[in-house]
Amino acid sequence: MQQLERIFEGIVLDEGLSLSLVELCVLCDAEHHLIECMVAEGLLNPCGSLPAEWRFDGIAVRRARRAVRLRHDLDLNLAGTALALDLLEENERLRERLQVLEQHLGAPGTPR
Amino acid sequence: MQYKDYYKTLGVARDASQDEIKRAYRKLARKYHPDVSKESDAEARFKEINEANEVLHDPEKRAAYDALGSGWRAGQDFRPPPGGGRRGNYRFDADDVGDFSDFFSSIFGRAFGGAEPPRRRGQDQTVRIALDLDEAYRGVTRQVRVESSGNARTLKVRIPAGVTQGRQIRLAGQGGAGLGGGPAGDLYLEVELKPHPHFTPDGRDIHLRLPLAPWEAALGAAVSVPTLGGTVSLKIPPGSQSGQRLRLKGRGLPGDPPGDTLVTLEIQAPPATTEAARRAYRKLAEQLDFNPRADLGV
Repeated sequence: MQQLERIFEGIVLDEGLSLSLVELCVLCDAEHHLIECMVAEGLLNPCGSLPAEWRFDGIAVRRARRAVRLRHDLDLNLAGTALALDLLEENERLRERLQVLEQHLGAPGTPR
Repeated sequence: MQYKDYYKTLGVARDASQDEIKRAYRKLARKYHPDVSKESDAEARFKEINEANEVLHDPEKRAAYDALGSGWRAGQDFRPPPGGGRRGNYRFDADDVGDFSDFFSSIFGRAFGGAEPPRRRGQDQTVRIALDLDEAYRGVTRQVRVESSGNARTLKVRIPAGVTQGRQIRLAGQGGAGLGGGPAGDLYLEVELKPHPHFTPDGRDIHLRLPLAPWEAALGAAVSVPTLGGTVSLKIPPGSQSGQRLRLKGRGLPGDPPGDTLVTLEIQAPPATTEAARRAYRKLAEQLDFNPRADLGV
């Protein structure tokens, strides 16, 4: 009952967020080495050139967490994980574009 | 407690080979993985699939499960046989074994055989929340139901204004309980925007199809346009055409920078259902030298 009365406020994982490598590792429950491999694979693109200088935004947090889970649960290697993530994100972008186009053209089977 | 038919969960026969079980598990894991599936119950389905695999891929656990007999139906009321099941001596491979069902624990015991488990952080949890576009625009307080290890609780969460499709909100320490005194995991809320009859979001931008009368498009006009923040007046330039796009800067979802509302013009012909309307169309046809198919060469 007490929990109902407290209003929780979270952190939105968006472009405005800026995290270090250490902070990203904590959020993803991942080793530094794995995140460094993800950067080398092009799966993550932080700002800054050296690992100590890297800054990741909120979009990278979601991507890294998805990568860690997909890799673990589906037994993928990093190249396979990167490919799966690229395809999933492309699929999401296309779904959003399809929604916009359906609104402009009228969804199939519905009168405009 | 309910009996769980692990063979049915993986969609394999009771005499399936280990290879068949592995193939079925891999296929279902790809289909229902919460990061892949769009189903609202993907997380729960994935957990069930993992639990079934944890039992069936291990010959020792599978034998113990099979020893319960084949006469059970999924969902049937189940009471573990007295002294049945070799508790506490099994090896547990899955990370989320702490979240497995009571049925699982009744046969195989809790992980770590009742001994104090090593200190481990709780599982992160992801819950999808469906928001109206108006709620995303203004922000909203939502009750969110979270289930962990069979316990359900409800949290009141403030969703800030300006969240977009697929965006995640992290609530530190509100996920699954930790093991052995370890900290709780985090709760991630994933935003899903419900379809709106007029507005379509694209990131922070909002698309709107705006119907215009032919004379408004031809002569120009100031027309009222609905936006998420309220109605605004939009100046339509003379000679506008269908498909032309006008931008209402900063009238999309709030943020830094805020999105825009992108208005696509759509000229609609008035119906010629009265004699007066037909006369007006005939007069227009006489006075304008207009062939809309000129570009097609006909």
